Amino acid sequence: MNPASHFSYWITVFLMVTGLFIVMARGNLIKKMVGLGIFQTAVYLLYIVPGKIIGGTAPILADGFTLYSNPLPHVLILTAIVVGVATLALGLALVVRIHEAYGSIEEDEILAAEQAERAAS
Amino acid sequence: MSLTHHLPALQVVLPLMAAPLVVLFRRSGAGFALVTLVSWAALAIAIALWRQVDAGGTISYAIGNWPPPLGIEYRVDRLASFILVLVAGVAAVVVPYSRRSIEAEIPREQHYLFYSLFALALAGLLGITITGDAFNIFVFLEISSLSTYALIALGRDRRALLAAYRYLIMGSIGATFIVIGIGLLYLMTGTLNLADLGARLPAVRESRPLLAAMAFLTVGIGLKLALFPLHQWLPNAYTFAPSAVSAFLAGTATKVAIYVLLRFYFSVFDQSVFFQRMPWSEILLVLSLAAIFVASATAIFQDDLRRLLAYSSIGQIGYITLGIALASESGLTAAIAHMFNHGITKAALFMLCGCVLVAVGGTNMSQLAGLGRRMPLTSFCMVLGGLSLIGGPGTAGFVSKWYLLLAAFEKHSWWLALAILASSLLTVVYVWRFVEVAYFKAPQGERSAPREAPPSMLVPACLAVGAVIWFGLDTSFITGSASAAAAQLLGAAK
Repeated sequence: MNPASHFSYWITVFLMVTGLFIVMARGNLIKKMVGLGIFQTAVYLLYIVPGKIIGGTAPILADGFTLYSNPLPHVLILTAIVVGVATLALGLALVVRIHEAYGSIEEDEILAAEQAERAAS
Repeated sequence: MSLTHHLPALQVVLPLMAAPLVVLFRRSGAGFALVTLVSWAALAIAIALWRQVDAGGTISYAIGNWPPPLGIEYRVDRLASFILVLVAGVAAVVVPYSRRSIEAEIPREQHYLFYSLFALALAGLLGITITGDAFNIFVFLEISSLSTYALIALGRDRRALLAAYRYLIMGSIGATFIVIGIGLLYLMTGTLNLADLGARLPAVRESRPLLAAMAFLTVGIGLKLALFPLHQWLPNAYTFAPSAVSAFLAGTATKVAIYVLLRFYFSVFDQSVFFQRMPWSEILLVLSLAAIFVASATAIFQDDLRRLLAYSSIGQIGYITLGIALASESGLTAAIAHMFNHGITKAALFMLCGCVLVAVGGTNMSQLAGLGRRMPLTSFCMVLGGLSLIGGPGTAGFVSKWYLLLAAFEKHSWWLALAILASSLLTVVYVWRFVEVAYFKAPQGERSAPREAPPSMLVPACLAVGAVIWFGLDTSFITGSASAAAAQLLGAAK
């Protein structure tokens, strides 16, 4: 087995781990959303890459074509992309509201405000 | 084809269509009427489906008449029909309750959005339960989760926003893990239909991607069901969400996630013997016990009643996963029965919390002093619900705990039975905290006349507590459905 033959999987796993790392390591709420976006996008690759067959055509019935790529992963991922966009939009909307309420989008500053609030109540 | 033939589709389509209609009306009155109607219709359909399954066995419904496994299939078996009744039942009680409750907690111009999001969340949860397609589970999961994040953010405290954001991050990671797991299964088998997956997996059971798929699915679903130690999002989300939302989520969302776990573990995976390659039931056992003891002990030290109940939820989820970890028929029966019992109990308790919130203005322990005299009915119902959490005889909680003990005895593990009893004592302690504050402490300030919450909130809440007692006394529905569902799950595995 030659590592280059799994090139696409290396890329996928690298992107996945990068995204997850950003979500966990960054304190900025917007950067967290960016990380989440990268993480989700990596999963799109995981689905789409195996669906492609080198030399295969689009799955249209016609004479002379016998090798087809699988169309199902593309359809699934179109749905997943919509879900990803909705998640990103909702997340960013929440960040806007958090900024209005706390005056910051840095997690540690917000946590400090929350601690102060808890101590006061 | 008659209308009854299309009940599986209508179960999801009705609430799904109600959501955009409510937004078009833009009026809270119309939205309330429509969503109430839809939730009651959903309950009626769920009961009709349950009766059909009880009489005639599993229902398979091909969406758009495309036969499975190529087309998307809606599949209602014993377990699914039972969970549908739970989800629709909790929704049918919470929606009438929510009208007065959200008046106190959500600005008036956002009411129609609340009803719309509620209908969406209901559609998503019902869809997860009814679908027989793996990718469909993900789509419905995101429909319910995204609407849930927005519902939590409607809470009046600004910390609700932060709770919703954290839940969004954790929930999206969980959902993405689930997609990775489903993707790996699809790569190995080329099918997304759950029953078909179960039939094809044994051919590839020695492969490593299958193990990876199971790991991703377990962690992803574990995040969604707040399996210890993946529960960090839950306490804040339940504490700061509007009370109607907490009641609905505590009763349904985590239970539906457990349903997905059961579905993958027993309908998809167990047909291949590779479970023996991983100590999964030992891992689940340890995590469940940790959840029961750590969360219950944490609950004792909470000053806010709603946060106390949220930690208690994590502990009670531990009992459910404990039943699953025993992996015997009686263990599964206990788990499935406890899903239902804890669902209605926790929904009732959070609804009562909402009543207190409206009448008193807060649910902090210091504000609850003398509640037994100020709100006698609410306090009494709260104690009944607490008894069900402990597992007192005559309440729904007793039934499932009894089965859990039986399952432990069946395995001849006396220490497990002892652990279950010891953890019940922890539950007694945190329920006693409420009793002590409400009945044995003098109310602060001048003595005021008893003032209960408005009847439109109190009646649904009492109805839910009534159901807890009813199912504790007449156990035939719960134990009958749960044991039939457990037998079917394990039968499919053999």
